[in-house]
Amino acid sequence: MEPILQVRDLSHIYSAGTPFEHTAMEHISFSLHRGEFVGVIGHTGSGKSTLIQHLNGLLQPTAGEVLFDGRDIWSDKGFTRQIRFKVGLVFQYPEYQLFEETVYKDIAFGPKNMGLEEKEIDRRVREAARFVGIDDKSLEKSPFDLSGGQKRRVAIAGVIAMEPDVLILDEPTAGLDPEGRDGILENIRSYQQAKNATIMMVSHSMEEVARLTDRLLVMNHGQVAMDGSPREVFQQSQALLDMGLDIPVVTRVFLRLHELGPSVDTSVYSVEQAVAALKIWKGGVPYA
Amino acid sequence: MLKDITLGQYFPGTSIIHRLDPRTKLLSLILYIVALFTAKGWIAYGLMLVFLVTVIAVSTIRPKAIFRGLKPIVIIVVFTAVLNLFLTDGETVLASFWWFTITKEGLIQAIYMVSRIIMLIVGTFLLTYTTSPIALTDGLESLLNPLKTLHFPVHEMSMMMCIALRFIPTLIEETDKIMAAQKARGADFSSGSLIQRAKALVPILVPLFISAFRRADELATAMECRCYQGGEGRTKLKILKFAARDYIALAIGAGLVAAMILLKAFGL
Repeated sequence: MEPILQVRDLSHIYSAGTPFEHTAMEHISFSLHRGEFVGVIGHTGSGKSTLIQHLNGLLQPTAGEVLFDGRDIWSDKGFTRQIRFKVGLVFQYPEYQLFEETVYKDIAFGPKNMGLEEKEIDRRVREAARFVGIDDKSLEKSPFDLSGGQKRRVAIAGVIAMEPDVLILDEPTAGLDPEGRDGILENIRSYQQAKNATIMMVSHSMEEVARLTDRLLVMNHGQVAMDGSPREVFQQSQALLDMGLDIPVVTRVFLRLHELGPSVDTSVYSVEQAVAALKIWKGGVPYA
Repeated sequence: MLKDITLGQYFPGTSIIHRLDPRTKLLSLILYIVALFTAKGWIAYGLMLVFLVTVIAVSTIRPKAIFRGLKPIVIIVVFTAVLNLFLTDGETVLASFWWFTITKEGLIQAIYMVSRIIMLIVGTFLLTYTTSPIALTDGLESLLNPLKTLHFPVHEMSMMMCIALRFIPTLIEETDKIMAAQKARGADFSSGSLIQRAKALVPILVPLFISAFRRADELATAMECRCYQGGEGRTKLKILKFAARDYIALAIGAGLVAAMILLKAFGL
């Protein structure tokens, strides 16, 4: 299948030609397919935020290209603008971008910029609100009267309302309590399933990416250090630890267990897999 | 984009200009401005230019950074040039069309005014480029200290300046972020009529103001948590002290003013 987004040999240098010149990423290549849920991990300053801003044309690459459906997103100005609607980008702490008088108007900002009809805007706003669990009553409230978690949901709905084919989120759960966190991840998941959308999520929580994603990109020093399924990536736990990254708690327990003697499978990253691995070790029949 | 605004930005460095006492730099800037406004005639302007270029060279600030800083004032410079060019009366007419006349005096006047503005701005840039905001306000506070006897709130003022300068880059960064976020939702800031463009600013300004107030509130709390009570009895970590280079720099500044006055007196 043709990939929906293709990144080819992408590099970006900030403030080129000043004392603050800084290479944020170098020679990055990968592709995203329709319906994929991809996690991006990497420590602060590894180039994650720079990378995602290239995917919807907010930043122009110093070298390399980004292709959407096989077409360079910088090929003409109108297309670059269209890409913003096809590749939705939710920034870190998106609640700080809210500005309208009501939640409804704020969610409608994106669809309005797309030049849609009033009726279609209304449908999208209500649907996006449903995806993130904002009830109709709250739509007429001021976004500034909501709680932090609710604000975050409204901001995410503002991007979902554009119905992007690719939805990119930069640490959508940062600073939320466990309940708010699970809620938002559930919302993202349901959007992906309903629209067969591609999701790319930057996260610092290994448990989160281990549980949700089909594929992981590990960024280190502005390059893609690893690209594979969570199992493949977490198998290289030592390399991850060397990069200053975390590994899921279950994986860590199994690594230690392995050190202590039992020849258990150390590539597990979820509780369910751990149970199965332990059963195999005990000689029982694994649960499929 | 917005990051290109270099106004009030500090470029860290270790040149002799960077190491001068901030008070010296402030006083030298005043002397430089006095000299600039006293300057008259080609020789005087040439001397000022040589001085300025030498200081830039010594400061190791890249000329590129200086030219970029000049971008925002291009309109003012052009406006001044045009006004002086057309509105100065003179005897030698160089060209005339419709009801405009360009005289030799006008042309000379325009060149003088433009170079004066540019040299003024560049001189001021050099101060902020080579002095960290904290050093700058420290120097200012120390220079204005005598005003305390008149119950002028010197410390409060310098603290306010310090905070304002400190937050310029932060707010620029914040604006960049908000702009990026709104652009990601399809906001368009660069096309449409003037009114449409003004309206397009609302999605930036509202979040920016809210975040500025939030930051101010947080900063106030953080300062109070560290028992900040104003200038009374506050000691300094770095006490400003003049070194030999400071006296030399001030002497050069005074020499520059003297040279300008002499040149003017002799009508050169």
